[in-house]
Amino acid sequence: MTISSVFREIIRSSLISLWFVFLTFPLMVIKVNPIERVVHWRWGNMLYVAVTSFVLSLFFREVVRRRKLRETRPEEENRAGIALSIRRIFDEPGKRNMLTGIVFCFSLVFPFVFSSYQTTIMTTALMYVVLGLGLNIVVGMAGLLDLGYVAFYAVGAYTYALLNHHFHLGFWTVLPIGGLVAALFGFLLGFPVLRLRGDYLAIVTLGFGEIIRLILENWGKFSQGPSGIANISRPGFFGIHLSLDSAIVYMYYLMIVFVLATIFIVSRLQNSRLGRAWIALREDETACQVMGIDKRKTKLTAFALGAFWAGIIGVVFASKTTFINPASFTFLESAIILSIVVLGGMGSIIGVIMGAFILILMPEYLRPLSQYRMFAFGLILVLMMVFRPQGLIANVRSAYHFEKTKRTFHA
Amino acid sequence: MNKYLLKINNLSIDFGGIRALNRLSFDIRQAEIAALIGPNGAGKTTLFNCLTGIYAFSEGDILLFPPESEKGISLKGMKPNQITEKGLARTFQNIRLFSRMTVLENVMIGRHCRTRAYILGALFRNAATRKEERETVDKSYALLEKMGLAEYVNEPAGNLPYGAQRRLEIARALATDPFLLLLDEPAAGMNPQETSDIIDLIREIASDGLSILLIEHDMKLVMSLSDRIFVIDYGRKIAEGDPAEIRSNPAVIKAYLGA
Repeated sequence: MTISSVFREIIRSSLISLWFVFLTFPLMVIKVNPIERVVHWRWGNMLYVAVTSFVLSLFFREVVRRRKLRETRPEEENRAGIALSIRRIFDEPGKRNMLTGIVFCFSLVFPFVFSSYQTTIMTTALMYVVLGLGLNIVVGMAGLLDLGYVAFYAVGAYTYALLNHHFHLGFWTVLPIGGLVAALFGFLLGFPVLRLRGDYLAIVTLGFGEIIRLILENWGKFSQGPSGIANISRPGFFGIHLSLDSAIVYMYYLMIVFVLATIFIVSRLQNSRLGRAWIALREDETACQVMGIDKRKTKLTAFALGAFWAGIIGVVFASKTTFINPASFTFLESAIILSIVVLGGMGSIIGVIMGAFILILMPEYLRPLSQYRMFAFGLILVLMMVFRPQGLIANVRSAYHFEKTKRTFHA
Repeated sequence: MNKYLLKINNLSIDFGGIRALNRLSFDIRQAEIAALIGPNGAGKTTLFNCLTGIYAFSEGDILLFPPESEKGISLKGMKPNQITEKGLARTFQNIRLFSRMTVLENVMIGRHCRTRAYILGALFRNAATRKEERETVDKSYALLEKMGLAEYVNEPAGNLPYGAQRRLEIARALATDPFLLLLDEPAAGMNPQETSDIIDLIREIASDGLSILLIEHDMKLVMSLSDRIFVIDYGRKIAEGDPAEIRSNPAVIKAYLGA
């Protein structure tokens, strides 16, 4: 770097720091004491803001500059970094199997090693893994930006809560019903938005999510309004009554099974005729139609299948917490699930699993810093979009291997 | 005379007061290579979009004659995917590949309308689905070999060199098993060597009995390939005939040179 470019960087960062000082001035510097009717000018704070933003900006710009340099270099030298080494582990079957084995064994003994508090947190994380994988079908594969995903989650939860409350139906009976009712709602939402894409679709789905929540909040006779529904039964275990602790462990293993089933199904879908059609729809809608894919059918299937998973996890959620009210199904919930998909890597199964663990477990283990949760959340997303827009682990399409004369393929 | 494959009768389309196609009529017959030429903005691509169901035309009719049926099927109100299923495939002027899918998968998408497996097939991978999937892969790979794209099989389509992308578009369209192929400027942006390669390629495709309608500005390609040429200008057909007739047609010369 030449002297002049260093100088330019310093000027840029000074301007940025000045702008931050201006923005934070009312919050950080002025403090009004209404009782004594005096204004405290906290100039020290202003200095902190100025210095911090100056240093951060210098650092940030330097990182971006190095990154650009690296991008201009040829591909081979580029193969560094944590994400790529993770990628490489998954590419080698031996290492992959070993890693899968370790993770699997760890997840099996988890409830016996750790406290029931830890187990509950882990169960929640696993629920978000399934939600993330479900939304991954809609957003990651089919490319339909759905901001109202939580609505289907709510539909599943309320289906179980209401059927349990009024008709005393059990968890296992309602599980498929909840999924199917949610899928029906997904189908219904799919119809009006068939023609929409991108931002327009995002706004309609956002509205849909709010409609469901507002109905649940205000239609008291149907859903008991904001006070919610309590005393929902936990999942049955062959008619045996479980203590609270063993119910938590049971719930945990149930979620492990759900996660495994979802991974299996989603990975099979991804490499099927239908999965390819979804990805083609994401890449180019017109070309996709002209190549003979029924846009309507493919889109509706994506919506319905994505919603099905949300419905299933809704039922699990209601039975896990035994109490639900509309406050559990706010837009923030949709945003978190969407962040899991984006952070993890659109369309990538391993990425979504990692995304869910990071975004759900981090806030739990960093309780003391809970004030800064949303700040950290936003920061992570911004940094991700700048440095790794493809997500932690980018989706790589499966390769087929051919020999010149005899053709075989391994999916 | 050979059997009709496509008959366009008095086709018109309006875009808010602008008549992009004006009472256009012509037909394509079996086993012929026809070319559609005309100055920029004449309505060539608009016609392709009408033929493939992307635009709904306002007047007239398009009749398609698939090999198995004697009576024509009207394309009025049909969706793009239904038309493709009937056996009409196309490529795009500005390449529209699924750029983040692999080359093989792009061609496999073309097989979509000839295969049936859906959710249950994907989940259980029963014998029928496995067989169908194997056939899809084999046929797609065979097409890639034919098009000289076999080396790129697992490469993302967006990473291919330009000429290869053009050929991949043709391979993808061929995967839908069409009886009539529409090529929208297959040689656009190609150098003379690549153009003469694509001429050979199109001739080879046509030698399998496939009929082709192409839009092209490269006169070398048009004159050496086509059996018949249609010239349109301002959405109207101004001339029709074999290459020699078109070359000497005064109306065509006027439209092209503006004299």
